[in-house]
Amino acid sequence: MSTLNKTATVPAPREGAGHTGPLLEVKDLHVEFHTRDGVAKAVNGVNYSVNAGETLAVLGESGSGKSVTAQAIMGILDMPPGRIPKGEILFRGEDMLKMSDEERRKIRGRKIAMIFQDALSSLNPVLSVGYQLGEMFRVHQGLSKKDATRKAIELMDKVKIPAAKARVSDYPHQFSGGMRQRIMIAMALALEPDLIIADEPTTALDVTVQAQVMDLLAELQREYNMGLILITHDLGVVADVADKIAVMYAGRIVEQAPVHELYARPAHPYTRGLLDSIPRLDQKGQELYAIKGLPPNLLKVPTGCAFNPRCPKATDLCRTEIPALVPVTEQDGADLPGRKSACHFWKETIHG
Amino acid sequence: MPDVTKTATAVEDAVAPPSATEPKGRHKPEKARSLWGDAWADLRRNPYFLVSSVLIAFLLLVSAWPSLFTSASPTTGDLVKHFLGKPELGNIGSEGWFGYDQQGRSVYARLIYGTRASIIVGVCVTAIVTIVGGLMGMIAGYFGGAWDAILSRITDIFFGIPFLLGAMVVLQAFTERTVWVVVGALAFLGWTQMARVMRGAVITVKQADYVHAAKALGAGTTRILFRHILPNAMAPLIVVATIALGGYISAEATLSYLGLGLASPTVSWGVDISTAVDQIRVAPHVLLWPSIMLSLTVLAFIMLGEAVRNALDPKLR
Amino acid sequence: MGRYVARRLLQMIPVFFGTTLLIFLMVYSLPGDPVAGLFGDKGASPATIEAIKHKLGLDQPLWKQYWDYMSGIILHFDFGTQIRNDRPVTEVLGDAFPVTLQLATLAFAFELIFGIGLGIIAGLRAGRLADNSILIFTLLIISIPVFVLGYIIKMVFAFNLGWIQPNVSNDQLWSEMIAPAVVLGGLSLAYVARLTRTTMAENLRADYMRTAIAKGLPRRRVIGVHLMRNSMIPVVTFLGTDIGALMGGAIVTERIFNVKGVGGLIAESITRREGTTLVGLVTILVIVYLVTSLLIDLLYAVLDPRIRYA
Repeated sequence: MSTLNKTATVPAPREGAGHTGPLLEVKDLHVEFHTRDGVAKAVNGVNYSVNAGETLAVLGESGSGKSVTAQAIMGILDMPPGRIPKGEILFRGEDMLKMSDEERRKIRGRKIAMIFQDALSSLNPVLSVGYQLGEMFRVHQGLSKKDATRKAIELMDKVKIPAAKARVSDYPHQFSGGMRQRIMIAMALALEPDLIIADEPTTALDVTVQAQVMDLLAELQREYNMGLILITHDLGVVADVADKIAVMYAGRIVEQAPVHELYARPAHPYTRGLLDSIPRLDQKGQELYAIKGLPPNLLKVPTGCAFNPRCPKATDLCRTEIPALVPVTEQDGADLPGRKSACHFWKETIHG
Repeated sequence: MPDVTKTATAVEDAVAPPSATEPKGRHKPEKARSLWGDAWADLRRNPYFLVSSVLIAFLLLVSAWPSLFTSASPTTGDLVKHFLGKPELGNIGSEGWFGYDQQGRSVYARLIYGTRASIIVGVCVTAIVTIVGGLMGMIAGYFGGAWDAILSRITDIFFGIPFLLGAMVVLQAFTERTVWVVVGALAFLGWTQMARVMRGAVITVKQADYVHAAKALGAGTTRILFRHILPNAMAPLIVVATIALGGYISAEATLSYLGLGLASPTVSWGVDISTAVDQIRVAPHVLLWPSIMLSLTVLAFIMLGEAVRNALDPKLR
Repeated sequence: MGRYVARRLLQMIPVFFGTTLLIFLMVYSLPGDPVAGLFGDKGASPATIEAIKHKLGLDQPLWKQYWDYMSGIILHFDFGTQIRNDRPVTEVLGDAFPVTLQLATLAFAFELIFGIGLGIIAGLRAGRLADNSILIFTLLIISIPVFVLGYIIKMVFAFNLGWIQPNVSNDQLWSEMIAPAVVLGGLSLAYVARLTRTTMAENLRADYMRTAIAKGLPRRRVIGVHLMRNSMIPVVTFLGTDIGALMGGAIVTERIFNVKGVGGLIAESITRREGTTLVGLVTILVIVYLVTSLLIDLLYAVLDPRIRYA
């Protein structure tokens, strides 16, 4: 592979040592998909940021735009039909959307890595896991095949895969679901990136394995002091690991808050609905709450607040006026750092 | 996969996995569509489908009423008009439009009358092999066990003989080779392909939950086979059959060319090509026109099959 | 794996005997008498004909003939005797087979290189001009019957341009074989191109491709290793099955270009009612077919680690 040495000698993107802001900052990001039936607006002005060592959980249903945002950050959106008409994605202060393909490629895997939901389909079925792990070192660091395999075994040990040495030449289908997800994590960690994006990393796993995998991810994040964007629809997963939460609905962030405050006092009816739909032991025998209605069709998002057809508190204002994401304060006007809500009636929701 | 696909196609997920690159929001996503309804919507917009169906409709019309298209006779020739006379291409639709063959017969008239043989062979062989092969495949796939073992071996035995070679051997036994003899010979060897396709499809469908559900509800074997399995296993069979139809037309012409298919006085493109080959250097047009018609006809059916396949297989969209 | 091979070999036995019996029955139920045909219009005395028939075993009941024939093949590798020339079929085949092999090899190389090449171009540009042009081109190739294609090529390149000789000489030079090989391999080329294109377009959307890009691999590696390794599995399988088809399917091509190979021999045997020669040839083709299909299944297991043979 003649490309190996070439890529290895090109210097890595400049370390953002001098940069003091957040590790990653998404500013007013818009993403749309051009289909033959019209334009689907998947992301409509998302803002969020992550610092080193911090975990941001992005919460939302299917179609809320949480995964699309992540793919835009990673630069793995299918374009076309996808398009980014507006917005910035700053990594260490530099806008990645303005970089060349080659610059972005060097960030992928090395500086920002991603863990996908379905490890079975996300790993190449006909290449051994050792090859797929070692590939990271061969391509980005120019290691020989032998050294790359040695590093792959180390990585597998690191993510606690038993008998790593014996299993390095096995294929993905020969591993259990939990072990496969560990391999995905190992692959993301290989080059000790600054930021990891985990897209529903535990959704496809058994409940018992979910906790193990989450714990492993959290432990490794602490060890390397990485930023982590955790994309999920599972409120249960979030509580233990996240520092802050962004709740997305129809391509917008509807609420942002530090994790425990969000659970204690949601400031958006959608968040409240999500929290109320968690089954609780003390409500045994009662009917489970569910948000009525269906997620919006992105080809024709409702006017005004996108959540209004499903919102128990919707008024005419909600049907015409798009609510801005505004800072949330205490009743006396005292600051609540890090809290924002995009609801016309956030006061009533949080304090009512 | 962009998450957006999940919302827009949430209702359709039951029938078709959403495509990864093309989020397909529909005009009316609220209304569920069946696989066939969806396929039809897709087909109507496919230019290949439109072109091929117009062509096929035209060919069917020509084969049913050839006298509508020419007043000349395909079998009586006037040696004065000999094949060295140049085609009068400007004189659209006239007897001498495409010139005359060696015996002074109108090439155009022979083209028009030759359509019927090709269409009959294509349609009849396809109908027979689809029914026979489909049934064989269904029995082998559904009942499995000894049925499958025996039927699959029989299929393998027929499959082992090269198609053209087998047809040649069968046809050699007949001194008078009518269209129906050719149909029989091609069908005798052609059903194996359909049986294999159907067997595979039935085995896949058999494991579906709705079949287990129907069984649990006490549905009889016949009902399960024809109400539940057949409609769901049909798609690949239809696709293969449509494409194969073009192949059978081509096979008929090839056999006629080899002197083992149809023969004069039957009017057929294959027969014409076969005789025209001897005059290839002096009168290439006699070879050219039937070749073009033959290729166009095969093309029309293959294009139709492709269009249907693309419409039925959401993965290819 | 070993048990799988054993089972497959066992399954091959009834298929081998079934196919040869089928062709045997088809051939010998044909009307017409190959022995009487030897003597032309004058004919021969019935006693002479009977004597020859007896020598060839043609006076035996059909099942006995089949039994003798098969035991001859299995025990002595004796495929019978050509009636017309009184030469062993193996010897006749020994002359024709290398010619067909030469033709098939060239055709195979042609379909391999251009089929995969076109397929890759189309697959990587799915939906764009190059893809659509290749799609239409392959559709045309598939639609044009082989003998029509053969004469088009002959007409254009031999008669109009004068680049090639219309017929292959008895020396079977490689350069003479190019045009027949193009005609013979044309159809398969179109299939290979379409299959390559379809599997590539399908795999391009696979999740592991997204992973490969997210790993920061260069495009060349994403395509060359991750995409190709997966996409080539069905293509290699198709190419495998095609080897047998190219050898048996050369009847038309060999006639157009006057190549003296197996295809011509088969056509001649059918028209001359040379039962023994024909059955011998088909038996060999069946063996080639059975062996290649077994090898392809095993190759599949090597290429795709997910396949398990029990």
